[in-house]
Amino acid sequence: MSKKILIADDEQNIVISIEFLLRREGFEVLVAGDGEEALAKVRAEKPDLVLLDVMMPKMNGFDVCQSLRADPELSETRILMLTAKGRDTEVSKGLGLGADGYMTKPFSTKELLAEVRKLLEM
Amino acid sequence: MLEPPVVIVVSLLYLGLLFAVAWWGDRRADQGRSIIANPTIYALSMAVYCTTWTFYGSVGRAAVSGIGFLPVYLGPTLAMALGWIVLLKMIRIVKANRITSIADFISSRYGKSHGLGGLVTIIAVIGIIPYISLQLKAVSNTVGLLLGYPEIVMPHRSAAMTVGADISFYIALILAAFTIVFGTRHLDATERHEGMVAAIAMESVVKLVAFLAVGVFVTYGMYNGFGDIFDHVEVREEVRGLLKAIPSGDGYTGWFSLIVLSGLAILFLPRQFQVAVVENVNEAHLRRAAWLFPLYLLLINIFVLPIAVGGLLHFAGQGVDADTFVLTLPMSQRQEGLTLLVFIGGLSSATGMVIVETIALSTMVCNDLVMPMLLRHNRAALEESKDLSGLLLGIRRGAIVVILLLGYLYFRLAGEAYALVAIGLISFSAVAQFAPALIGGMYWRGGTRGGALAGLSAGFMVWTYTLLLPSFAKSGWLPGDFLMQGFFGVELLRPQQLFGLAGMGEIAHCLFWSFFANIGAYVGVSLLRPPMVAEATQATLFVDALKDTGQGGAVLWRGRAQVSDLQELVGRFLGPARAQSAFAAFARRRGNSDDVTPEADAKLVQFAESLLAGAIGSASARVMVASVAKEEPLSIEEVMHILDEASQLRTYSRELERKSRELTAATLELQAANERLQELDRVKDDIMSSVTHELRTPLTSIRALSELLRDDPKMHLPDRERFLGLIVSETERLTRLINQTLDLAKIESGRADWNGCELDLKEVIEQSIAATSQLMREKEAHVEVDLPDNLPLILADRDRLIQVMLNLLSNAVKFLKQGSGRISVTLGRRADGLEVSVADNGPGIRPEDQQLVFEKFRQVGDTMTAKPSGTGLGLPISRRIVEHFGGQLWVESAPGEGATFRFTLPFAHAQQVEVSPDTAV
Repeated sequence: MSKKILIADDEQNIVISIEFLLRREGFEVLVAGDGEEALAKVRAEKPDLVLLDVMMPKMNGFDVCQSLRADPELSETRILMLTAKGRDTEVSKGLGLGADGYMTKPFSTKELLAEVRKLLEM
Repeated sequence: MLEPPVVIVVSLLYLGLLFAVAWWGDRRADQGRSIIANPTIYALSMAVYCTTWTFYGSVGRAAVSGIGFLPVYLGPTLAMALGWIVLLKMIRIVKANRITSIADFISSRYGKSHGLGGLVTIIAVIGIIPYISLQLKAVSNTVGLLLGYPEIVMPHRSAAMTVGADISFYIALILAAFTIVFGTRHLDATERHEGMVAAIAMESVVKLVAFLAVGVFVTYGMYNGFGDIFDHVEVREEVRGLLKAIPSGDGYTGWFSLIVLSGLAILFLPRQFQVAVVENVNEAHLRRAAWLFPLYLLLINIFVLPIAVGGLLHFAGQGVDADTFVLTLPMSQRQEGLTLLVFIGGLSSATGMVIVETIALSTMVCNDLVMPMLLRHNRAALEESKDLSGLLLGIRRGAIVVILLLGYLYFRLAGEAYALVAIGLISFSAVAQFAPALIGGMYWRGGTRGGALAGLSAGFMVWTYTLLLPSFAKSGWLPGDFLMQGFFGVELLRPQQLFGLAGMGEIAHCLFWSFFANIGAYVGVSLLRPPMVAEATQATLFVDALKDTGQGGAVLWRGRAQVSDLQELVGRFLGPARAQSAFAAFARRRGNSDDVTPEADAKLVQFAESLLAGAIGSASARVMVASVAKEEPLSIEEVMHILDEASQLRTYSRELERKSRELTAATLELQAANERLQELDRVKDDIMSSVTHELRTPLTSIRALSELLRDDPKMHLPDRERFLGLIVSETERLTRLINQTLDLAKIESGRADWNGCELDLKEVIEQSIAATSQLMREKEAHVEVDLPDNLPLILADRDRLIQVMLNLLSNAVKFLKQGSGRISVTLGRRADGLEVSVADNGPGIRPEDQQLVFEKFRQVGDTMTAKPSGTGLGLPISRRIVEHFGGQLWVESAPGEGATFRFTLPFAHAQQVEVSPDTAV
């Protein structure tokens, strides 16, 4: 069974590119345009991995991350934070809140795939 | 009720009450709880100006010359209103130099000259004695009148009686005793008498109440008010002339000279100098006195005319002296209580004057006449004695007795010749002679001792010749021939028509010639030589008294002196105990009570001298200090140098204070600037971070899409085309972002180029709408336009304004639903400019977001859809452009009802307010 990945980002073009990339690699892909939608879809679909943008409308990536980690049922879900703000403080904040990985934008597609595979232990 | 024993007992009770008040005042002063530290008490004490001359004499004068009694009160009123600054300066000088009398003042100013102090004292004593005799005359006259009650019998001429039977002799003795008890109970370094001032203030109230009581009784008891009395004046021949504006007899010169004389008297009469200057506790009190004292004068004058007229009408043809109307009117109505009150009022006005005047004169006689003589002729005896304070008090007490007896003598010899008012004016003219030397000394550095001596002597001689001698002659004490023929038969020397100056009253005549001689001699002799060291020193201290804190900081002494010698010297005059405590207090103030050095420094010497000056006058104090110290004379250059240094030192310290204040302010500013910088840094950081974020986002898409294309050469054509299209649009977004960021930075830093010119806004809007027509067509949006013609021009940059319009239009389009969108653009006129609105029927903006949309990089997305494309800089830039040209840009919206962006721009030229109907919004 293929792994299920949720892409949570409000930048449509980024979603398009990542979605295309992951589908090509054989993953099942879900999409969310803001923080609340992302949270709802994780709870409903239980994806194996969430690619979580930090700057999203309604609820930012950090808050989503925190909510996910507060839910014991979702402890298996891996979280990879994606952000355009590359500061160290942001990285450590994300990791401190329980994210499993962190990538700054812009990223290379190869590295993204490598990180995704690592987190999914493939 | 008016039997002699009753009158005597009541009088003595009143004097006892006065003494009790004085005793209480002194006691409170010793306890440090002064009762006279009060501006009202101060103003009331100045009313010692009103003597029996006012109390009885005003009515007498009004009975002869109508309102001719007034100038003597207008003078002081003007002097207080206009001359308070002179009084203030006198107070400062007196405080700074421990001056105790007007003689001391003048002597001190011209180099602490014994000669000048003595001359001033002699002039004051000779000038004031007639005035004191006037008080004796008034009191004895009124006592005589009361003794005749219920008959009204004019008193006998005193000359007809022996001294032993003359009531006024005993009155003089009682007053002398009373004054001694009042004024010379102990010696004080500042020569201040708090108890006396308290008693004087009370007397001022008593005499005012008494006078008002008579006034009310006559005006409303005997007649039916002011109108009734003045109606009588019109009917009765003998009083009709009284109400003319200015009596022809005196003329304007007479009025003028009386006003000048009395204005000077309020400053220079020894008793006025005593209460107004020496006894002043706090110079701020002057402010209330400046209006309260004139008000007092007004009150005590209100009933003068009614009483005068009432008396003339009532006593017509009975030979009652108008000077006695105040007393005889209530007597004639059998008003015994009121009569007694009036008598006490008259007594209070006499005792107040006599007490203060003789105390002031006795201080002058002691310090400026007797002490200098003792110093000159009997120095050895002075230096032997350990405690001279008893001697000083003795001299003063003796002086009081002598002065009062001289007053009595003058009364016996000359007092009957003149009406009360004339005697007072002789005294006023005498003290007016102090004016040139005193006022000149306060404002002119060039005045010298020689000038002051010459001026005072000349003025005094002219006064003697034109006023005093004629008064003797008119009293029959001198042969009267010289009045008519002049001395040696030279008509030009006729005393009251000197050098042919006729047609003036005697007072105006004396004032003219005495001031002519006085001022001429003072200025002329002063100009003969430059001031010497001591004169120049004192001149600086006096003339600069109002500058800052005066020259108190400068020490003008050089030499060697022992502390013990100085203390012993002061002790000899003030008593050892007082000297001991004064020196100890001084040491404590300077904070060196522990290590008392035997050698006295200049400041201590100065302190000792000022202590002595309070007791024996500044000139004698100078001599005494010089006798115990080895002094080195200072040259005039050195003195000026020291004074300069002192003033420079003050300037420096002021400068320093100012610098330190500036430094504090600068530090605060620096802190604020630093905080602003840090804040700016944070803002810059935030902006950098925002810009970075905004740049990274499109780069992310571009990189990812490009890599996808690169890694998969066999990608389907539609995907390939779609991805390439996205890449192109993301690079456009990048370009736009970079341009707008730079643009905003330029505007914010003030480096933007603005090409302001007068624009027709309608044309700009139409052009912008044309430029966005493609966008509209793609969204199938409908554009409505309402743009009136012929609106006034506005001033703006054309391209910038198009930028604003394009931004607003493209924003509006962006949020419209495909196919059903409507945009409405209007242009209208407001009071001060034009207003443009761009309204859409899109989703609208929530109230909490309406401010956010104008912030940088704050895009407010439509809730459920993805984030709008755009940089988040369009509105912030637009707002800055509009504001640059003096307008405003804002949004009105409600969710679901579209948004309306509006901006205003002011007219290029100021417009008339008129709004024609076709252009009104």
